Amino acid sequence: MAQHPQVATAPAGTPTNLSQGSKTKGGIGESTLRPDGTLKVTGEFAYSSDMWHEDMLWGHTLRSTVAHAEIKSIDIGEAVAMPGVYAVLTYDDLPTEVKNYGLEIQDTPVLAHGKVRHHGEPVALVAADHPETARRAAAKIKIEYAELPLITDEASATAPGAILVHEGRDDHHIGHVPHPNIVHRQPIVRGNADEAAARADVVVKGEYTFGMQDQAFLGPESGLAVPSEDGGVELYVATQWLHSDLRQIAPVLGLPEEKVRMTLSGVGGAFGGREDLSMQIHACLLALRTGKPVKIVYNRFESFFGHVHRHPAKLHYEHGATKDGKLTHLKCRIVLDGGAYASASPAVVGNASSLSVGPYVVDDVDIEAIALYTNNPPCGAMRGFGAVQACFAYEAQMDKLAAKLGMDPVEFRQLNAMEQGTIMPTGQPVDSPAPVAELLRRVKAMPLPPEQQWLAAGEEADVRALPGGLSNTTHGEGVVRGIGYAVGIKNVGFSEGFDDYSTARVRMEVVGGEPVATVHTAMAEVGQGGVTVHAQIARTELGVTQVTIHPADTQVGSAGSTSASRQTYVTGGAVKHTCEKVREKVLELGRRKFGSYHPAWATAELLLEGGKVVTDGGEVLADLVDVLEGDAVDLELEWRHRPTEAFDLVTGQGHGHVQYSFAAHRAVVEVDTELGLVKVIELACAQDVGKALNPLSVVGQIQGGTTQGLGVAVMEEIIVDPKTAKVLNPSFTDYLIPTILDTPTIPVDVLELADDHAPYGLRGIGEAPTLSSTPAVLAAIRNATGLELNRTPVRPEHLTGT
Amino acid sequence: MRVNFTVNGRQQEADDVWEGESLLYVLRERMGLPGSKNACEQGECGSCTVRLDGVPVCSCLVAAGQVEGREVVTVEGLADYAKQRAEHGGCATGTCGTSLDAAKSWEARPLDGQAGEQGELSPIQQAFIDAGAVQCGFCTPGLLVAADELLERNAEPSDADIREALSGNLCRCTGYEKILDAVRLAAARQEEAV
Ligand code: FES
Ligand code: FES
Repeated sequence: MAQHPQVATAPAGTPTNLSQGSKTKGGIGESTLRPDGTLKVTGEFAYSSDMWHEDMLWGHTLRSTVAHAEIKSIDIGEAVAMPGVYAVLTYDDLPTEVKNYGLEIQDTPVLAHGKVRHHGEPVALVAADHPETARRAAAKIKIEYAELPLITDEASATAPGAILVHEGRDDHHIGHVPHPNIVHRQPIVRGNADEAAARADVVVKGEYTFGMQDQAFLGPESGLAVPSEDGGVELYVATQWLHSDLRQIAPVLGLPEEKVRMTLSGVGGAFGGREDLSMQIHACLLALRTGKPVKIVYNRFESFFGHVHRHPAKLHYEHGATKDGKLTHLKCRIVLDGGAYASASPAVVGNASSLSVGPYVVDDVDIEAIALYTNNPPCGAMRGFGAVQACFAYEAQMDKLAAKLGMDPVEFRQLNAMEQGTIMPTGQPVDSPAPVAELLRRVKAMPLPPEQQWLAAGEEADVRALPGGLSNTTHGEGVVRGIGYAVGIKNVGFSEGFDDYSTARVRMEVVGGEPVATVHTAMAEVGQGGVTVHAQIARTELGVTQVTIHPADTQVGSAGSTSASRQTYVTGGAVKHTCEKVREKVLELGRRKFGSYHPAWATAELLLEGGKVVTDGGEVLADLVDVLEGDAVDLELEWRHRPTEAFDLVTGQGHGHVQYSFAAHRAVVEVDTELGLVKVIELACAQDVGKALNPLSVVGQIQGGTTQGLGVAVMEEIIVDPKTAKVLNPSFTDYLIPTILDTPTIPVDVLELADDHAPYGLRGIGEAPTLSSTPAVLAAIRNATGLELNRTPVRPEHLTGT
Repeated sequence: MRVNFTVNGRQQEADDVWEGESLLYVLRERMGLPGSKNACEQGECGSCTVRLDGVPVCSCLVAAGQVEGREVVTVEGLADYAKQRAEHGGCATGTCGTSLDAAKSWEARPLDGQAGEQGELSPIQQAFIDAGAVQCGFCTPGLLVAADELLERNAEPSDADIREALSGNLCRCTGYEKILDAVRLAAARQEEAV
């Protein structure tokens, strides 16, 4: 029998045996192949749900069946008595006084105590010898709930006498929010929007609704906790930020951080949904209680409760413009539903407000964004992070304004497009290229797909190319085409004064007669390709072919989160920085060993290239093998991007962001106006990536982000029953994500305008394409149907008026 | 109960299998073959696709008891399966598909270690790597099994054929474009090789 990925000795299951990486060539700018590609196509790459230990138990979480209730009693008697059950834990079993966790505000209970605040909140844990036993035991736990009134929207949250989702809040936002059911509020006031409004020849207003989207990564929340001999625990888990998890886990367990050793296991996608903890603490608690390894794997149903979602939002927008097409002002109010716990809501508010204007020049603004506490499912980070909802609204507004002025929507946008030097509504100048008009020009210039593609000359209609596809609902009658455009701006990296840094350890030595570099970071590879890029950077900076990527774990300093499009910038920057210092040390070593043989050692600019030390004139001074023989150079260093500052809580002014990224889309859709079915024919994208470190991966990221935006435009929404605050569609049967049949061709035009402040001039890329694809699709559907359409996703009933 | 069946050419026996256990669970948790993925366990995502007597199925929907005496190929055995097909003439015309008998008569060389150690990949596996069709890779095993079966049936699939064949496999990362590229690439290489 083949071997299970055993973790007892070596974590063979972790995505760490990337020795293949050393065989992959390529420096930066090349489409180097993934070092983990072979493992992934052979089924050997061990994701967190593949972790296995001989003698392990299975953990299961019991979750609340109601959204808001006092817990009257919990009876675990029958569950504990079941054969095969090793432990049943509730709030009372938590080992320390720290019973909550959270990214910024520690308001999330490890296990519900006193009350539950949303449907699906964890209440009890079971460990058993078979997953089915654990599930059956959990079903035997009896909980008595006394239901409480529900807070489900802004009106119920701020109504006089409204019950508080969190009584006795004492976080640092409470002092400036107008109501304790508001997590955070960020106004931005610049110029005078009222006065500017008087100059407007046209004014358009709109109310937009953005549905709750799910990250729907395919790899379920899962991992394995193994108790260790020193009383600590080893945790193999899929996450986006090992050190952030560690900081939250250790205090709950009552262990010092050194005794909680975390190793990244294979991550099956993340998209923000793994920023918050899911099963991490639960698995550790069960492992420590039973003294046995415990594996927890959520099924898809549970996964919909196991992570935070994208904030649904209501957006109220008012723009004005002069008759020659210049924007005069913006007044907007963005209400984000943060659900029962804070998660990343405060930062999402900061993003939504500061990016609410979009990539346009508007000097006079009056902006407010808030996030609510409600009894809806908790919301937090998802690709695009607050900028997505705003982009949906401001792009719809741009089309409305253009229509009212009788202008071409692309020209209208170009007329108002920001550029390098534009001042953001926060007062921060945009100090790197901002090719907004150019991206629109490029995406518009791409050839359009032919009309009526379902008709090949003389043949019968190919229904697969029609809206409704193989359901054979139309043969082309009632099908109209529409074209729409959108563009967006996303910040890169953590903002608002956050100390955003990363750590890299780089070692150079001779192994098997060859110079080898080992790169060790705690970066979570979630599929984005960071491991590929790190090897490319090391090869480029150190002139070696052999690069080994060390497992990501907590034995090295923090890499920060794999989110906010920041990992290539910040951890890539840390790898580059550390490689540069390693290079200096290697050259010092060379000087000591061989300096007397050639004057260039002392005088010339020296490089490492092709395994040799060379002068900038190309003269070879030594082989790296000879320089390193008998020595190793090993450095661990932190690297930071330039600092940002907090936004003023009254005016919203402040240099809050590090970098911006921009993408534009053109959508071509065909709509069956009789049945309300939409087929997206093409979704072209132009994006500025600063510098494409790996062009193949860059295009893959852009296409993936585009598709998630397409999903929210036409199908994706977690539906929460407004009467019960229960999730109605936690399955892939009812929560639809785009299949290959729903996804069109996505031609990508990549622009590389270097940002001089960033390593290699690169720009974060992962999120921007998610912003503009949604409004582009909506614009195309409006163009096809003439309907107003102010919500996502668009469903057939919105198109047919039924 | 006890279940006897063949996995990637090797006779396997699983003891103490619960009534409700799926083939996916047995492969992953009892056989040490976690290559087939558990993304929905509901038949919706295709990540767990394996071939059962040659026919692609969602192994999460197959009760373990149903595979008694039958032949299963997982992503771990894909390279070997493709190699044997190539050696036995495979299907060059694009019309033959896999007959049940042909599938049953297929016999894999038993693997001693895990798949891939031999360093040989099937054309579709190599194409996925080369085309950049792998990001997180969680969807990849299921897509590979489905795409390999498509190419066995249809050596020159049109884009519409590829989309139809892979419509039961969700991928959340790639936007599918590079997956299409990979299948086209594998088809083209197959063409060249003939
Ligand atoms: S896991 Fe079987 S179809 Fe999704
Ligand atoms: S590559 Fe991540 S789901 Fe397909």
